[in-house]
Amino acid sequence: WRGIVLPGTESCSELFTLTYGALVTQLCKDYENDEDVNKQLDKILFSDFLPRGYNIGVRLIEDFLARSNVGRCHDFRETADVIAKVAFKMYLGITPSITNWSPAGDEFSLILENNPLVDFVELPDNHSSLIYSNLLCGVLRGALEMVQMAVEAKFVQDTLKGDGVTEIRMRFIRRIEDNLPAGEE
Amino acid sequence: SSGRCWYHRARGWRMAGAVPFVFLHAEMVAELGARDTDTDPGPGGQKRSLEGTGFRVGQALGEREELDALKFLCKDLWVAVFQKQVDGLCTNHQGTYVLQDNSFPLLIPMALGLQYLEEAPKFLAFTFGLLRGALRTLGFESLVTSSVATLPACKFQVVIRKS
Repeated sequence: WRGIVLPGTESCSELFTLTYGALVTQLCKDYENDEDVNKQLDKILFSDFLPRGYNIGVRLIEDFLARSNVGRCHDFRETADVIAKVAFKMYLGITPSITNWSPAGDEFSLILENNPLVDFVELPDNHSSLIYSNLLCGVLRGALEMVQMAVEAKFVQDTLKGDGVTEIRMRFIRRIEDNLPAGEE
Repeated sequence: SSGRCWYHRARGWRMAGAVPFVFLHAEMVAELGARDTDTDPGPGGQKRSLEGTGFRVGQALGEREELDALKFLCKDLWVAVFQKQVDGLCTNHQGTYVLQDNSFPLLIPMALGLQYLEEAPKFLAFTFGLLRGALRTLGFESLVTSSVATLPACKFQVVIRKS
């Protein structure tokens, strides 16, 4: 008999951000005695680990499509809605708002009250929040590429840097046509 | 990327929130697994970054359980024994919690009788044990003290002991 509440979906949706925050904190500690700790960390988190966000996105989209039963999006506006209201909600437990559409309808912003990736990380002062925020951008890019959309995603505002909100800017580059590699039937 | 990465079959997970974690874990293992062997050959050092990360996540989740235990005290336990909830709960996020009761029932007869403040401890000793006992059953060792400024208001300070 225990009066403890078992973890519900809320705890689960924090697991990803909690783990990534812990990873960054741990790496900071592991390299704190290195002569060039900043350079080491930048390398690991930026160039070594960052591409792995893309890998995560590429796998995540398959799970998302199976789990959400969302059909094909007809335009970028629909895509934005699905990303914010379904995907973010399902996997991170938050629903960003969609704002700042470009006149051509090929760019929009996701506004988050807080940066979900920073909730659980203890960052040394001299490290830019962009170091780990870019993992999320990689996830978005990888996932959308698997549904034939080449996009750019980047953090343009961050509450950790003193901005009022955290803002991810999404830009549609082009539709990816199915290309068979040279030599295949 | 070199080598193979194994990915869990995500559809088996009931709760979607766990899925990104599983994929993140796979990437962490791929990135850090080999690296750790290079940097620290000591015992337990081979997977140092991975284990250290897991340790921190466990600590954070455990802290959540600790907070849930305190919430149980403030709501369920207090209602069962005193027919009211605690009025306020604070923490320093390092294992110390303060339960505030603005009108603690066991002190009310004393307040009405205008007893001296220094007699308050004997009226609180039972409740110290009550809190400690409940926490022990929930899996936590603790130390309970109190401060009484104005009867019948009382603050109970609970320090969760780390083993």
